[in-house]
Amino acid sequence: MIEAQHLSKKFGTNVVLDDVSFTVQEGQRLVIIGRSGTGKSVLLKHLVGLMEPDQGEVLVNGEKLTGLDERELLRVRSRFGMLFQSAALFDSLSVAENVGFVLQRERKLSPKEVADRVAEALEMVELGGTQDKRPSDLSGGMRKRVGLACTIIYHPEIILYDEPTTGLDLVVSDSIDRLVLRVNEKLKATTIVVTHDMRSVRTIAQRVIMLYHGKVYADTTPEELFASQDPVIYKFVNGISDAKNNGF
Amino acid sequence: MENRAGLEYWIRGLGRLTMLLMEVVKSLFTQRFNWDGFLQQLHFIGVKSQSVVLITGAFTGMVLCAQTYFQFHKVHMDSATLAVVSVSMCSELGPVLTALMVAGRVGASMAAELGTMKVTEQIDALRTLATHPVDYLVVPRILATLVAVPLLTIEAISIGIGAAYVVGVGLLDIDAAYSWSFVMKYTDAHEVYSGMIKALFFGLSIALVGCYKGLFCEGGAEGVGKATTEAVVYASITVLMSNFFLTLLLTRLFGS
Repeated sequence: MIEAQHLSKKFGTNVVLDDVSFTVQEGQRLVIIGRSGTGKSVLLKHLVGLMEPDQGEVLVNGEKLTGLDERELLRVRSRFGMLFQSAALFDSLSVAENVGFVLQRERKLSPKEVADRVAEALEMVELGGTQDKRPSDLSGGMRKRVGLACTIIYHPEIILYDEPTTGLDLVVSDSIDRLVLRVNEKLKATTIVVTHDMRSVRTIAQRVIMLYHGKVYADTTPEELFASQDPVIYKFVNGISDAKNNGF
Repeated sequence: MENRAGLEYWIRGLGRLTMLLMEVVKSLFTQRFNWDGFLQQLHFIGVKSQSVVLITGAFTGMVLCAQTYFQFHKVHMDSATLAVVSVSMCSELGPVLTALMVAGRVGASMAAELGTMKVTEQIDALRTLATHPVDYLVVPRILATLVAVPLLTIEAISIGIGAAYVVGVGLLDIDAAYSWSFVMKYTDAHEVYSGMIKALFFGLSIALVGCYKGLFCEGGAEGVGKATTEAVVYASITVLMSNFFLTLLLTRLFGS
């Protein structure tokens, strides 16, 4: 279980998170939405201890992350997997080395067993046989899938996805969404997805949190979100901007 | 106001650099060592710097020999030329010029590589994979530089003296036997120790500054470019300034 309690974060004078609180139950699929710059990715980084809040706490299974040093945070983070917006694959390593990174570092398995687990993870993301490729040889969608394989290979309890479908075409986006669902079902992992893609919300979400001006504006189900007549939610869900037609 | 902000920036930077060094020492004694990373870096710093170090060492020895000869010839001290080259190369020029070359090649590369990893979230990815960036990235680089720079310095000194010998004896007709005898007489063991201690210190400075600039880089491609430039400039300045103080300290320690 993850609890965010009264999280606040400022960069200079810019308030990014303002008293954000919510709890995510074990195995739940939560989608966090909001316009660009509303602090979605910053919030995700707070949940995994990559950023420290100015105020408030993050608790993972009852353990406070605030105040832990980097080495203590590493122990907590071993429960997490995170897919970054850019996939964040290591350029200097091959696909197989990227995917097997954690298993190789732990040195609990033989090289043969690591290779088998890598092949299995790549098969799961439908990229079997790409072990020897370099990250620079892969398309955007393939990089995201490899990033997901890097995460699922060590069976984390909690998986965070930072805009998994941004920059991908609709077909590839749909395949990534289905992959997120499949991983959630297979690993029974708590899943938190940050996105502004409404198709992803429909496919993945059991629960949706909408951030607006750094605050939790709505904490609801996808059905209620799409039926909402609240002007802020309605405009965001339907992609309607406030810009006026000035005659150009 | 601007001066105060600049001073704060420098003090904060020094603090972070010290913390990074402490983390490296802690990691060395408490964490599993990344041998693969160490060997890769040793190859990159040691083997791939060969041409740069050989050319620098050889031409420094040659020009120093020629210039010293032109001055000494006026007072008929031709056979002391190689001794001057030898002492200068061992205690000053060998370590300093090798360090400057390594700072340009290796310090820049470390800052650029780690800086790119930082701005493309690869460092954050490493941290979410429960791996400390210092254990995986910094420690192998610093240790490899500490091993490689003294070895490259020995190589540059040897090549420099050898090249000076060829120029002096072969081109300028300096007496070989007297010259060699003076080289052995005036080049004490402490010149070599001083050179090696300096090389170790310079190696640590270059790797530490390069890794620090990379790890704390911000602001996309522009930030990486700035970090790379600053890594080379700060490492070079550190080498040149610390060389003066190390010379005073080591001379006091070993005697002149």
